[in-house]
Amino acid sequence: MTSLLETYAAITGNDVIDHLRQLAKPLANMKVVHVNSTRVGGGVAEILEKLVPLTNELGIDAKWEIISGEADFYECTKSMHNALQGNRENISPELLQSYEQTNIANAEKLRPVLEDADFVFIHDPQPAALINHCPNRHGKWIWRCHIDASHPYRPVWKYLQNIVSHYDASIFSLPAFAQPLQHPQYIIPPSIDPLSDKNIDLPPEEASQVYRDFALDPDRHLIVQVSRYDRFKDPVGVIRAYRLAKRFVPDLQLVLAGGSATDDPEGEIVVREVREAAGSDPDIHVLLLPPDAHRTINALQRAADIVLQKSTKEGFGLTVTEAMWKSKPVIGGDTGGIRLQVVNYHTGFLVHTPEGAALRIRYLLHQQQMRAQIGERAKNYVRENFLLTRHLREHLTLLVGLHYESRYRIKLS
Amino acid sequence: MAGNTHFLFNDCALISIATGQKAMTLTELRNNLIHISLDSIYHHFWGGLLVPRFEEREFNNDFAGWVRHSLRDPVLAERLAAIDPTASSNLEELRQELLDLIEERLDENETVGWTRGNRQFEFLRSQLVVFDANRRLEKPEDLAEQIPLLSTSSIFYHFIDARRRLDQGCDDFSHWLADLGDEHLGLCKQLAAIDPYFSSLSQIRTELTALFKTYFTGGSP
Repeated sequence: MTSLLETYAAITGNDVIDHLRQLAKPLANMKVVHVNSTRVGGGVAEILEKLVPLTNELGIDAKWEIISGEADFYECTKSMHNALQGNRENISPELLQSYEQTNIANAEKLRPVLEDADFVFIHDPQPAALINHCPNRHGKWIWRCHIDASHPYRPVWKYLQNIVSHYDASIFSLPAFAQPLQHPQYIIPPSIDPLSDKNIDLPPEEASQVYRDFALDPDRHLIVQVSRYDRFKDPVGVIRAYRLAKRFVPDLQLVLAGGSATDDPEGEIVVREVREAAGSDPDIHVLLLPPDAHRTINALQRAADIVLQKSTKEGFGLTVTEAMWKSKPVIGGDTGGIRLQVVNYHTGFLVHTPEGAALRIRYLLHQQQMRAQIGERAKNYVRENFLLTRHLREHLTLLVGLHYESRYRIKLS
Repeated sequence: MAGNTHFLFNDCALISIATGQKAMTLTELRNNLIHISLDSIYHHFWGGLLVPRFEEREFNNDFAGWVRHSLRDPVLAERLAAIDPTASSNLEELRQELLDLIEERLDENETVGWTRGNRQFEFLRSQLVVFDANRRLEKPEDLAEQIPLLSTSSIFYHFIDARRRLDQGCDDFSHWLADLGDEHLGLCKQLAAIDPYFSSLSQIRTELTALFKTYFTGGSP
């Protein structure tokens, strides 16, 4: 049977896989545990789905655990998420109590695995407080923040900082997101999995089925934004941009496609706002997709002439990476990790307003050749920088770094 | 590796680490530069070759790019971009060159010191993990054949990192060739003439391949 690593070698080349094997050697048989709060929905779950089995194939004993909680817990962690992104969220003592109790309850269940691990990756704020309830831990604990925490709401950050300060290291997606902490703060952008249902090449008949499923006209221009229904993704701003562009491109169609991750209770409210903004325009398609609709999202991104990600705040923007991997130019908000991926005139355009987005939509729809060139460059850029294998290499580099506690150069024998 | 009759290829992986130091104005940049670790200065000149970013960069060091695009001072950006880090004998000297140019600009134009950038400059450092690339050379003549097979990170280790690692401040290939005797001193001179600062790692690999091919076989690059 072909191993996962061999399958990736076909896309990335054997050298990339050889690097991983070399880096993993000093970590052989060590126990690594990842903990987050959902197994489906959201970028973190998508990354872990492949990162963990790949790590195992390299001879490291990797596990993926999830924590669970009640509605109060998710309300609290959603507020924490928004507060890290800068919203003034005053979290009530009752919700914080729920947060702490949920972590205590989950620690009861996970303690043996976590205390026994050589390395523990805790993803985002939800499980962060587990560390306080694993007093006999012997490994290194790493807090992985996937959120744009560049300007957090201070009272909430102060609360989380008290917890995170117990960790041995943290990881942020971009340098701008890092916060003053006493331990090393590694910078690791996330990645996409080229072999996942969301990114794999689709047979032509499956790709074209999406037009029929959602009553889209394949002969007319299509712009697509794929993301959770979240105000920071500015779906209403996308509708405004579409309307401004449609005056000049009358055949334009817009798809807003998203779903709600199981840990996001705010989504329904935003969907209502979006539907209200869309009104009765038959060319605006507001889709609520189930969390496992990966191939549908894949087909929608492939069907698009242009992909938008007009976020006003963004952790990294994996939907941008996904679109670029499908050779699509991206019009993205000038924020967070989108800046690292979208380079004006090279891989897409950065915008600040619906007006700016509308202008770039018109430009790209009129410049067919430019659109194709930008798409090609975008795909190459992702191949070299944002695939899962690069992400895994940096995780292994970090683990070796923490294991040897060296300053600049670590030479493996 | 060097010092032996054979040459062992290594490879490396680099990871960026935030130092926690940030600057929003030129004055803050200057103040941070006075104390920031040399690792950080090295990272902002050379680390960009190995971290995810668009290859066709306008500026080859992060300081120049930030001054141009965040502070919007093209004058200082051009001066900073003209710094050749390979010309400095050590990183302390490079730090001083940066500081001199920034001080000069602060003297020229008072407002530039207090102008807020539209993005912060975040000082980073890096950690490099080095491992065996499972390739070795028995004789210099094999360089032309082996170099194209190396990863870009291996090129970084042997052609960029070596300059900081070796007392002689040269690349690993020159060091090895010099150890073998005087026979290839001409080649060492040609290697020293390759400017690694304005090329991507894949371009450096192409240049090295062409040089070794021409030198050892007389073939066209």
